[in-house]
Amino acid sequence: MSAAVFTEGVERKFGRVSALEGITFSVRAGELFGFIGADGAGKSTLFRILVTLLLADQGTVEVLGLDAVRSYREIRRRAGYMPGRFSLYQDLSVEENLRFFATIFGTSIEENYELIGDIYTQLEPFKNRRAGKLSGGMKQKLALCCALVHKPEVLFLDEPTTGVDAVSRMEFWQMLGRLKEQGITILVSTPYMDEAVLCDRVAFMQEGRILAIDTPSAITKLFQKPLFAIRARETGRLITLLRSSPNAHSVYAFGRAVHYTDNRSAIRPEELLDALHKEGFTEIEVQRIEAGIEDTFMALMETKNGAAHG
Amino acid sequence: MVNAVIHTEHLTKRFGDFVAVDGLTFSVDAGEIFGFLGANGAGKTTAIRMLTGLLSPSSGTALVAGFDLYTQSEQIKRNIGYMSQRFSLYDDLTVKENIRFFGGIYGLSDKAIKEKTALLLENLDLLHAADARLLSLPLGWKQKLAFSVAILHEPKIVFLDEPTGGVDPVTRRRFWDMIYEASERGVTIFVTTHYMDEAEYCDRLSIMVDGRVAALDTPEAMKRTYAAESMNEVFLHLARAKPAE
Repeated sequence: MSAAVFTEGVERKFGRVSALEGITFSVRAGELFGFIGADGAGKSTLFRILVTLLLADQGTVEVLGLDAVRSYREIRRRAGYMPGRFSLYQDLSVEENLRFFATIFGTSIEENYELIGDIYTQLEPFKNRRAGKLSGGMKQKLALCCALVHKPEVLFLDEPTTGVDAVSRMEFWQMLGRLKEQGITILVSTPYMDEAVLCDRVAFMQEGRILAIDTPSAITKLFQKPLFAIRARETGRLITLLRSSPNAHSVYAFGRAVHYTDNRSAIRPEELLDALHKEGFTEIEVQRIEAGIEDTFMALMETKNGAAHG
Repeated sequence: MVNAVIHTEHLTKRFGDFVAVDGLTFSVDAGEIFGFLGANGAGKTTAIRMLTGLLSPSSGTALVAGFDLYTQSEQIKRNIGYMSQRFSLYDDLTVKENIRFFGGIYGLSDKAIKEKTALLLENLDLLHAADARLLSLPLGWKQKLAFSVAILHEPKIVFLDEPTGGVDPVTRRRFWDMIYEASERGVTIFVTTHYMDEAEYCDRLSIMVDGRVAALDTPEAMKRTYAAESMNEVFLHLARAKPAE
């Protein structure tokens, strides 16, 4: 079975800075595939290579079975791309922008209304408003419509939810779910760890490399140590104390809780509770928990960076 | 109220017919970490621009760092710090040059800038990178430096506008360590974020919906009020209630 998107050993440098190193992955047709990583991880560079706007220094890139260098024209016709930075025409209206993109691809809004209708109905009340005057959430919806208007088989969305509030983020992912149901392959990048669970599979990216690729539930199995959620009355002092402990392996704040791993492999929650009690903490809770996406990402970052950053 | 570093009453901003901020009334105490939340378009940015003296209100009153928003905006600017993910430091200046530049902007003397620079490089463990251009530094270092520079002139209050957008989860947490440290030294922190776990690190929170404060309390109390497990639930509950656009 051929992959919708396939890369092998992709490298890219800017001057002496290496932006991508040894990027190898493959996305199945119909999959919703997420690239999770912070700014500077290489996500945008990778997406620009995939949509044929940038050449890789080395490696193979295939989109819809087509070579990204030789068949770039056909890829551009059959792929949709929503860049990270808002790049529609600010002084064209909502409707004009959409018509413009439809025309460029030799189609019309009406022809593919079925695909965009669900999203466009939310924009229609503002169809005469200039794109530059839209709110963040609305701009994002318009950009998605413009990327969809030529009915692409594969969709590349580069950080569509960055800087967007929690409500709009949730709505956006609901829209992606509906597009997936229509059979479109979707590659999406995001710095938000909580969005990983909404993907079929994810790739963790850090400093130009892929740290791991798997389904959200399988990827958390890479977290090896027993993980504890610890709560106590003084969270600040709790974090300071845990960090100074020679037994502490990792100490990270998670809201009001602290996620903690210990260097002693057989440590029991009761022992931790006792130790904290002796330090004068009150309202202590120690719970053994399963690692989440963010725990796993941080653990993989630590492994890669070594102990240097503690 | 004696201790309030920010105190507003019915602070309002209209743009034509549109009321961006509608009767904002709240206080932030000295040394507090105050989270300022809201959906896109809820009026957060307009409110922050007023509180930092960049935009004059249509009506209402406000004191920031003890100064009046209408008549003393210059004094306000000298007594606050500001940092955002989008605008912080200059990438093509070195670490030292950035500190000197912003020290100058904040009106510090050459002597003070020199002392501060030495102290800051030492504390941030950046001595070896003092003459490196910012461009070449990892994002985490840049961010620490940006925060330190924002409080270089020892302001009473620092405004952090989505300071952690787009950074990795480890760097994000280190940044909060710095926020806690500054707060322990008595600096008041006024912070916006889209990360709801970060909302839980704040002493108190306000959630803006459609230009108004829809809720203002400690994170714990808010969760109790809305019988929610997390701040994410509280936020979705309040912010979702508003009609689209």
